[in-house]
Amino acid sequence: MKKIIKYSVAFLLMLNCSIVSAQVDPLIEKVSQKLALVNDYVAEGVMKTDVSFIKASLGKVKVYFKKPNLLKVKKEGGISLLPKGGVSVTINSLLNTKQYIALPAGTQEFKGKTLRVIKLVPTDEKLDWVISTLWIDPNDALVYKTFTTTKENGSYEITMEYGEYANLGLPSKIIFAFNTKDYKLPNGITLEFGDEDAAAKQKALKHKKGTIEITYRNYVINKGVSNNMF
Amino acid sequence: MKAIISIELYKIFRRPRTYIAFGAIAALIMVIQLGLKMDGQSYASFLMKDINDTLTVDGKVLNGYLICYILLQLLLVHVPLLVALIAADMISGEANLGTLRLLFTTPYSRTQLVMGKFIAASIYTIVLLIWLAFLALFVSMWIFGTDDLFLLKSNYVVLIQEKDVLWRYVGAFVFASFALLTVTSLGFLMSSMANNSIGPIVGTMSAIVFFTILSTLNIPLFAAIKPYLFTTHMNNWKEFFDIKVNENNEAIYGTILNVAKIKNSIIVLTLHIILFVTASVIITKRKDILS
Repeated sequence: MKKIIKYSVAFLLMLNCSIVSAQVDPLIEKVSQKLALVNDYVAEGVMKTDVSFIKASLGKVKVYFKKPNLLKVKKEGGISLLPKGGVSVTINSLLNTKQYIALPAGTQEFKGKTLRVIKLVPTDEKLDWVISTLWIDPNDALVYKTFTTTKENGSYEITMEYGEYANLGLPSKIIFAFNTKDYKLPNGITLEFGDEDAAAKQKALKHKKGTIEITYRNYVINKGVSNNMF
Repeated sequence: MKAIISIELYKIFRRPRTYIAFGAIAALIMVIQLGLKMDGQSYASFLMKDINDTLTVDGKVLNGYLICYILLQLLLVHVPLLVALIAADMISGEANLGTLRLLFTTPYSRTQLVMGKFIAASIYTIVLLIWLAFLALFVSMWIFGTDDLFLLKSNYVVLIQEKDVLWRYVGAFVFASFALLTVTSLGFLMSSMANNSIGPIVGTMSAIVFFTILSTLNIPLFAAIKPYLFTTHMNNWKEFFDIKVNENNEAIYGTILNVAKIKNSIIVLTLHIILFVTASVIITKRKDILS
């Protein structure tokens, strides 16, 4: 019995040590330091909506960000479609809160790069997200992919590409991938009686995966953004 | 011919009955516009329930363009009935009053008289359509403003850029004119076969209702005849609001998904107009006005 207690205490101590070491993961700190250089930004970009049941053309957007986690995507004149709650769950909103435990989960190959995989578990119950996995390049401390599960809005995969503003951790392209539900409205509401082609037309749409892709053209960084924008 | 058309137009626009259609359209449109202005957001929320589960829609969804589309969906089914009120009375009304005999004794040929009447009835139809377009499109744009057209179809959603919308409405109204002229010519044909007004008006309305039901029923037995029914093609103005997508699922600006379907419908409707008017001319030429 004494032996069991001894081993249990030893195991708990080891577990605690591993958690403590995960909380101060140096790579996460490095990423956070890079993101900390940006207090706010306004970025212009082009947004592409690719959802199986939506036919939409490319649209110009402006993305507003302000520390710690305010983010707004606005389409310049016109109607914009964004994944529900997904856009706001970015790397900034994940890391800037500092309310998480980081758990290393090995390495993975991604687009020819060997990335470190780190899982974040929030310590604050009020946060919207439940768990997030980050794929980080240890050489340049850039996050190339995240997979986040939220409490109310499902799971989101965010893939990033970097260019001119990589030194500040700002992507040149960001792709939000999310689960879409089936869309169907009764003919009695749409008044499309007798349209036999409707199902065929829907099938004609390409790609079944729901993604929103924003390609950034330029950033205006640390010039101040009003809270009214969000 | 010009004189015949002028006289016929004078006759049409002197009748109080003519303005029933204008009044009915104005009343219907204003009631719907008022309803949507007062409580449009809850209507839009109901329509977009499935979309809102997945996506956040930001922008003025309930704008003048969408209101016009909703109005046309509701009204272009019923306007033919209002057109029938006038078109189906053009010859039979004269026969009923006994003025047809007098008319046929004028130096004009029966073909000229029939064509003059048909052109006058067509002008009335076009004026009614312009009235509908003015109220449904321009008044809605004025009341609700404009934005992208967010169109909810049964199986998918089409988002058309604001600057890509207006020409589609022009196309849709031109198409609708072919559809309504088909109804005018049908009413005209019915009118040439009767000596009282009620029969052709009710007959035209019944034919429209009957064929519309056949067109909308997805029963295999009727599938073979549906392509030949004018009512099947009358609703194809909606094709102007469906857009092509490329390999990346991006909507292509300024495109129509199924141009061939629109062309085919215009051909079928035009053939119906020619057939009905020709039949009207033949019947009227053979009409016995002596007994």
